[in-house]
Amino acid sequence: MHAFDYHRASDVTSSLALQRQLGDSRFLAGGQSLLPMMKLRFAQTANIVDLRDCDELCGIAVEYETLRIGAMTRHADVAASKDVREAIPALADLAGWIGDPMVRSRGTMGGSIANADPSACYPSACLALAATINTTGGDIDADDFFLGVFETSLGEGELVTGAEFAIPDAASYQKFRHPASRFALAGVFVARFGEIVRVGVTGAARSGVYRWLEAEEALSRQFSVEALEGIHTPITEMNSDVQADAEYRAHLVDTMTRRAVLDAMTRSRD
Amino acid sequence: MPTLKLTVNGRPVSREVPGQLLLVQLLREELSLTGTHVGCDTTQCGACTVHLNGRPIKSCTTLAMSCEGGEVTTIEGIADGANLHPMQEAFRANHGLQCGYCTPGFVMASIKIVERLGPDFTDEEIREELEGNICRCTGYHNIVKSVRAGARAMAAHGGSAPVRREGEERVVDSTRSMLEQISELDPESNEAHDAASGKAK
Amino acid sequence: MKFGIGQSVHRTEDARLLRGEGRYTDDIVPPRSTRMYVVRSPHAHARIGAIDTAAALASPGVVGILTGADAAEDALGGFPTMVRGTAPGGGESLEPPLPVLALGTARYAGEPVAIVIAETVDEAKTAAELLTIEYEPLPGVPSLADAFAANAPLVWPECPGNLHTRDSFGDKAAVDAAFDGAATVVDLDIVVSRVAVSSMEPRTALGIWDENEGRYELTAGVQSPHMIRGLLANCIFKVPLNRIRVAAHDVGGGFGMKGVPHPELALVLWAARRFGRPVRWVAERSESFLSDCHSRDHLAHCELALDENAKFLALRYRGKANLGPYMTLANMHCAFGNIGHLSGVYTFVAVHAEVETYFTNTVPIGPYRGAGRPEATVVVERLVDKAAMKLGMDPADLRERNLIPADQFPFNTGFVFTYDSGDYPEGLRIAREASDWDGFEQRRIASLRRGKLRGIGMAQVVEIAVGLMDEMGSITIEADGSVTIGTGFHNHGQGQETTMRQLASEFLSVPPEKIRYLPSDTDEQPSGFGSAGSRAAVVGGVLIQTIAEKLIAKAKRVAAVLLEADAEEIEFHDGTFSARRTNRSATLAEVAQLAHQPMRLPEGVEAGLSHKQMIRVDGPTFPNACHVCEVEIDPETGKTEFVSYVVCEDVGKAINPMIVAGQMHGGVAQGLGQVLGEFIAYDEDGQLQTGSFMDYQMPRALDLPNIRTIANNVPSPNNPLGIKGAGESGTVGALPAGLNAVCNALQPLGIEHFDMPATPMRVWKAIRDAGGMARLRAAVDAP
Repeated sequence: MHAFDYHRASDVTSSLALQRQLGDSRFLAGGQSLLPMMKLRFAQTANIVDLRDCDELCGIAVEYETLRIGAMTRHADVAASKDVREAIPALADLAGWIGDPMVRSRGTMGGSIANADPSACYPSACLALAATINTTGGDIDADDFFLGVFETSLGEGELVTGAEFAIPDAASYQKFRHPASRFALAGVFVARFGEIVRVGVTGAARSGVYRWLEAEEALSRQFSVEALEGIHTPITEMNSDVQADAEYRAHLVDTMTRRAVLDAMTRSRD
Repeated sequence: MPTLKLTVNGRPVSREVPGQLLLVQLLREELSLTGTHVGCDTTQCGACTVHLNGRPIKSCTTLAMSCEGGEVTTIEGIADGANLHPMQEAFRANHGLQCGYCTPGFVMASIKIVERLGPDFTDEEIREELEGNICRCTGYHNIVKSVRAGARAMAAHGGSAPVRREGEERVVDSTRSMLEQISELDPESNEAHDAASGKAK
Repeated sequence: MKFGIGQSVHRTEDARLLRGEGRYTDDIVPPRSTRMYVVRSPHAHARIGAIDTAAALASPGVVGILTGADAAEDALGGFPTMVRGTAPGGGESLEPPLPVLALGTARYAGEPVAIVIAETVDEAKTAAELLTIEYEPLPGVPSLADAFAANAPLVWPECPGNLHTRDSFGDKAAVDAAFDGAATVVDLDIVVSRVAVSSMEPRTALGIWDENEGRYELTAGVQSPHMIRGLLANCIFKVPLNRIRVAAHDVGGGFGMKGVPHPELALVLWAARRFGRPVRWVAERSESFLSDCHSRDHLAHCELALDENAKFLALRYRGKANLGPYMTLANMHCAFGNIGHLSGVYTFVAVHAEVETYFTNTVPIGPYRGAGRPEATVVVERLVDKAAMKLGMDPADLRERNLIPADQFPFNTGFVFTYDSGDYPEGLRIAREASDWDGFEQRRIASLRRGKLRGIGMAQVVEIAVGLMDEMGSITIEADGSVTIGTGFHNHGQGQETTMRQLASEFLSVPPEKIRYLPSDTDEQPSGFGSAGSRAAVVGGVLIQTIAEKLIAKAKRVAAVLLEADAEEIEFHDGTFSARRTNRSATLAEVAQLAHQPMRLPEGVEAGLSHKQMIRVDGPTFPNACHVCEVEIDPETGKTEFVSYVVCEDVGKAINPMIVAGQMHGGVAQGLGQVLGEFIAYDEDGQLQTGSFMDYQMPRALDLPNIRTIANNVPSPNNPLGIKGAGESGTVGALPAGLNAVCNALQPLGIEHFDMPATPMRVWKAIRDAGGMARLRAAVDAP
């Protein structure tokens, strides 16, 4: 890694002030994405502001129709949370499938969302669960938050503090792991709220995470696998690499969507 | 350079370190705890697994400074003198290691798997939980067996206290029963192997 | 004997490794150490122009920078090949040695171009970013297929068509005649993919220059310290052997790759001498992908001829092998050395092989577990399955019909090898039963009902072990009867620290706690050949036995003094010397004590109790096995899952059955990894596309099955202990068994052959292109 100075403050306000004062700096949450990038010298910064002591960013709360997860809540804690398991079991599943146990010990929801890795799992849940992303600048609808590959609407010095997920009647996350990296080659989060269905897709598209509107419309008319017949992911939008070309990725999105619908139907709350 | 204070294997450590120093570098280069290894540069192989405040983490992807005030346990810190930790003993009894390079990471990860899942789980669950550790030598067969045996031994031993090795003096009764449990599970494929070897030729 | 041959004793080395007290090269930090960073060519093929080091040299922490020009100035040589070839038109083929630093031209992406020595790795890397190197990219050859394409660019202008050598083996006329008279002929084009060995400990080296002695000291992760020392002395530095010391302590896996010398071994020593400070280097994983010798990478067209009774007549093979741009110690060995395995475990009238080797602008090829054996074996075993498919026969039945009968050993294949011993039909019978081969169709149907494709694959294989038959060893019995043994083998996971002690315990009746095994260090023992080619158990067995016998004979002369009898009257049994027809006896320790008191010994009785010698075993051995692999494929995603695995192996005799089973597990995993998804890919510019664990699928616990091992040992007549070796057998069998299983799963779709790797995408596309599951349902529903 290139050299940098390490800083830490005890709460969000002072972390923000510190970051502003330092100039060239980056926030460090769990570090499971940022540090690998810095180790390979793909990223560098003069200063790191570690958020580990910002206790107000940790925690899980269920309030009426919403599940709120603090930005610094670790994947392992989300996966093991009874509240999450009861409110949105698919979200607990998702957290439990991120990386591996060691990565889940460190990695945080906020870090995952703010990084907007096109293969990360959480962004698909944010879209499908109509999440509101809480930031130090205010609230942002997930639909407006993810702009592209590693791109969000976060402004300079703006920090994700948490996310509020709408609690669906039924949901499922289906992930097909990349054979080597084990990130999502195609991860599909399907959530049904009454008759409204939302579908978030990660890992597959060139432009990063997206909502698959065509599938949503069809599933909102009729929540069944049959409703998806004749609906296919556009290949031209898909990413391509040595393990999976665009055609295969598109097929996987179709397949994972069908499986998510099937799974959600069997786990429906109503 | 800031001063870092933390506890490593129960001992207080105080060091001036640069901000970019990784926990694994602190352990290996500053503290000469070279049992923690580095096998990749993409946070995948798990050879660097240690415990931080009771959780398994990859020390190659954690800043040393982020561990300030914390308790770090490495592979060097789980045995008690001559007595191996039950999970270490299980790896030994089940030939769960060959070249030994990935082994510290597997042992550290496995202890936490057992703490999460308890003593009873399926092979499939162990394999899923070992997702973050890569071994090139063993084909994982004997590692899975070791974790299973280690889990029972840890349960029999009431947690994760160390165990005396076979052949050593002062083997206490509870330890003996634990050792018997381990050897009860001694490589079943090898038994088949032995049995077939014994066939008249 | 509790610790002797045949006992599954726990390994001596484990406690150390489990406590984190192993001593791997990068754990050793001599005072004043520096770090080396290797600057590598970003281009697959490029002319190297001016190198400006000024800014980098001024960077903080930099100790020095060396380039190819410096190496030339110091007249450093390159590493040569162990196997030579013949040029296509006759005469000597072009055999460019592996240089330590590129000079003038870089010939693969990742080739060392310069080294930066600095106080820390980060400082070295930062300095390297300030180095300006002018490159003029040249057209390159990014793959084997590109090497023989029309108008391919040339890796070496003096080597037309990039064709390094062409050679043939076997009786062509006999094969042609057999094909003419065949009732059935099947043919196959097969790709043996390119893989990265990927030992978990990356390559590593520590170089020290001893100014006072004028001597280089290397500590490194290598399998063959003595061989490396010889090459460094003779080929690189041109100094006497005793001016170089090579030690290898704990090494985190080698698998053949660490048996061949790589440039960094020479570079750390050279830099240590040039800058007068110890130099440490350890590869980062992405660097390993760019610079560790890759393996396999063959293309073959092959044909099998059978008579009307489905008996094999002949096999014809035309293969092409990738070498990379330079010779390495063993890339030719991987291409040619084990081609004899084309005759498999079967009776053939004749076999003929023609092999061509090509230069490419890719990382040089080196050995990986099997080193040519899996490559040849997968050809035979795929052909057998394809023939069974064509004939509508059960592949196990077809194999059984053609196996070499148990009473035909030693069996001259008429091709290259003469096999020592074995009971192949029994091995097949055991594996068939243990895998419930005959009940498979029920399982296939059950899987189909769940929407899955199920396949079963058998491979019955034999491989040569002990190509290197010489070895040196020493045993010293000290005055208290404690025993120290040394050999030239190196333990990097195979357990020789334990098995060599078991052997010594067996022959000297000494308990294990009194035996010490010397570290692998050319200063401890001047000669040896290292661990490679499944040789340590066989050669070590003979070695320890021979030396122990010499020592016992020597000790008997001392015991005769103690027991007041003639030496001829002394017997050694269970650790005790006794004089025949008397009740007098003495322990080994008592005899050893006297042996160390020359004043008490009569004239003519040699004092001391140690012996060192080189031995040569009588011949190679041929471990063999029958593997059965079962897979299930999800046709919707193309994902392949290994559901069961059985291997019935013949290692002759197991010194430690627990370790043998472990070797099988690991070997099988490496074969299955290549079947499942390990592959090295380059793009058209020769840039590595699978250059990290993010892209290269290292098999994880979830990817592999439980592996059942069953012994079917038939002792080898080629050594007194009957041992055959176990190191490579698993991989040799798993590559074809796994691939046969995948092909078998796809067979109902009319797919006759599917090339490795069975990545989800490739399998899904194959299924789709064959008409998908709909086609299968149509076939099932058809009357």
